[in-house]
Amino acid sequence: MATKVLMPKLSDTMEEGVILKWLRKEGEKVKQGDILVEIESDKADMELEAYDSGLLRKIVVPEGGKAPIGALIAIIGGETEDITPMLSEAPPGALAKKMETSAAPTPTISGKPALAAAVQPTDGKTKASPIARRLALQNKIDLSRVPGSGPQGRVIKRDIEGVISGEIPAAGPAPRAIVPGTAEDVELSGIRKTIAKRMTESKLVAPHFYVTIEIDMEPAMAFRDQIDNVTGLKLSFTDIIIKAASAALMKHPQVNATYLGDKMRQYHFTHIGVAVALDEGLVTPILRNCEQKSITQINSELRDLADRARARKLKPEEYTGATFTISNLGMFGVDDFVAIINPPEGAILAIGSIAEKAVVKSGQIVVGHAMKATLSSDHRVIDGAVAARFLQDFKKILENPAALVV
Amino acid sequence: MAIVSLREAINQAIDEEMARDDRVFLMGEEVANYQGAYKVSQGLLQKWGPKRIVDTPIAEAGFAGVGIGAAMVGLRPVIEFMTWNFSLVAYDQIANNAAKMLSMSGGHFNVPIVFRGPGGSAHGLAATHSQALESIYAHIPGLKVVMPSTCKDAKGLLKTSIRDDNPVVFIESEVMYGDKGEIPDGEYTIPLGVGEVKKEGKDLTIVSWSKILAHVVLKGVDVLEQELSISIEVIDPRTIKPMDYDLIVKSVKKTNRLVIVEEGWPFAGVGAQISHEVTARAFDYLDAPVERVTQEDVPLPYAKSLEKHSLPNIQKIRQAVKKVMYLES
Repeated sequence: MATKVLMPKLSDTMEEGVILKWLRKEGEKVKQGDILVEIESDKADMELEAYDSGLLRKIVVPEGGKAPIGALIAIIGGETEDITPMLSEAPPGALAKKMETSAAPTPTISGKPALAAAVQPTDGKTKASPIARRLALQNKIDLSRVPGSGPQGRVIKRDIEGVISGEIPAAGPAPRAIVPGTAEDVELSGIRKTIAKRMTESKLVAPHFYVTIEIDMEPAMAFRDQIDNVTGLKLSFTDIIIKAASAALMKHPQVNATYLGDKMRQYHFTHIGVAVALDEGLVTPILRNCEQKSITQINSELRDLADRARARKLKPEEYTGATFTISNLGMFGVDDFVAIINPPEGAILAIGSIAEKAVVKSGQIVVGHAMKATLSSDHRVIDGAVAARFLQDFKKILENPAALVV
Repeated sequence: MAIVSLREAINQAIDEEMARDDRVFLMGEEVANYQGAYKVSQGLLQKWGPKRIVDTPIAEAGFAGVGIGAAMVGLRPVIEFMTWNFSLVAYDQIANNAAKMLSMSGGHFNVPIVFRGPGGSAHGLAATHSQALESIYAHIPGLKVVMPSTCKDAKGLLKTSIRDDNPVVFIESEVMYGDKGEIPDGEYTIPLGVGEVKKEGKDLTIVSWSKILAHVVLKGVDVLEQELSISIEVIDPRTIKPMDYDLIVKSVKKTNRLVIVEEGWPFAGVGAQISHEVTARAFDYLDAPVERVTQEDVPLPYAKSLEKHSLPNIQKIRQAVKKVMYLES
């Protein structure tokens, strides 16, 4: 019996998915458990396995196409089964789009049938000279990934020849040429849409307030050097800050909390999300149970999570379920900033740069290193004094980092 | 192989065709007693007599019409315009009678006539005496348009034009009459509608013809190749209509880039037509939009300083070449 392949729900916030790549062609055999298709959700790229065996009878949503959760994206069935009744469930536009692609006449050049247009850029916006387009097609090069050296980034023959000869890496998408005096519309990525929706929601629903504290970072810097010397690792300040925040959160569960309408939930564990910037937006991979982890563990886990976040290879459970988030823009030299709470969390900590400045120590003005941290809190669960006490402890820990290893 | 001037090559073609076919005669202003305004018909009156080398009054519409009538009843006139600028006075005869007679007479009257003379600019002749009119003749169905750039081509093409059973517009160049070149010994002809690769190359095709090809393109192309480290192919269609598109398309498929250089104005020029045909037939081979170098869209200025800026020149060609080669800074 024929079975439907439906758009899966790949994250809590996913509403629709984009088909990145079909790994089976129509008419090919599929075994249960085979990877069938790659799908882009609002958070990550995921692979979907086939739940049934049979022939991939019909691809309903082509590569580059979008479908909402639960929509029909393909049909697996026997060779002779009638699948027409199922096709009526295709999401509007999906079938039509597919048929347009397959019904287009096959172009021929010099009487020879041309290759199928398999590598045409999905955005249709890549500028390329006709010969570059043809060479790319013949050599199965994705034009949209070739940096164009012609006017306005036009991909020309020498660019493709460079890719073929290996002189030019066909790396990321060609940089957009910026033409002064013009405006351009850029499609929102899945991540961008999620950010737009959730940040708006957060600002509309959660009454934010902000408390900032300045922390003397010299002890933390010395502490880092000591650990680096002992372990041979290269800790980042983020590692230390995560550990310090975790320790402070364990003392102040009111800050590690979620507003639930008629009650609030306070957590006695710390799942800390760390914002990682990508070209298309940001994701927050999560370090679970930081209270149980050593700084060196946090260091290696964070490194791995951030790498995979940048490769968009995080699994949903790796970016959902945080109780608290830290956003560090210190590396950009900002003094301080305020962040928007990532719901349903109750607070987010925004970290500025560690700056050399004049500080007063024991009545003397000396050169010190200070860092500002700003806590954004949801006033429905956190009051000003609670936030202040949390920051006070956070500061105390960072200024006395031995606390982190006892 | 003999070395002759362009005027000698044309003279030989007329002379040989007059010897070959006694229906051939030459008619125009100053062609007989004065031996030709540019001495193209030197010696022909003495050799063939006043019945076949005929001086006319200054009345282009009149003698063009007389020629067409003669052709309709079986003769093969060669009508000389002192320059093609003056052919505009006879444009009605050429465009309406010569070009359309075969069609409008239901095939009863063909018009085997050659209109010939120098076209384009010379030096300081001002707007009305400096016109490259090939596009307005090539525009008319029923006319063939021939524009040689060498002595050899001029002789071979003129002989073929005189033998053609339909009207041929044969445009020479005043400033080329003294140009010397080799011509084959003995009888030879060159078919209409067949272009020639004047120089082989691989990165870029330049199509040009007549004086601009001989005096501008071919004189500057070596320098451009050296300066820009590129290899340029130069094609001379030789006949504007019918145009040898196959040759051009074949070349563009190899080089992927085309620049057309012509003396005429840009609007609806011959280059526009070539550009369209190449875009249609070799679209998938182009690496850059086709570029054209033409005369500026103004009546040609008399002042020398402005004249040279209005006409196609090597600076403009360099700019177009750099553009299609993506060498702009």
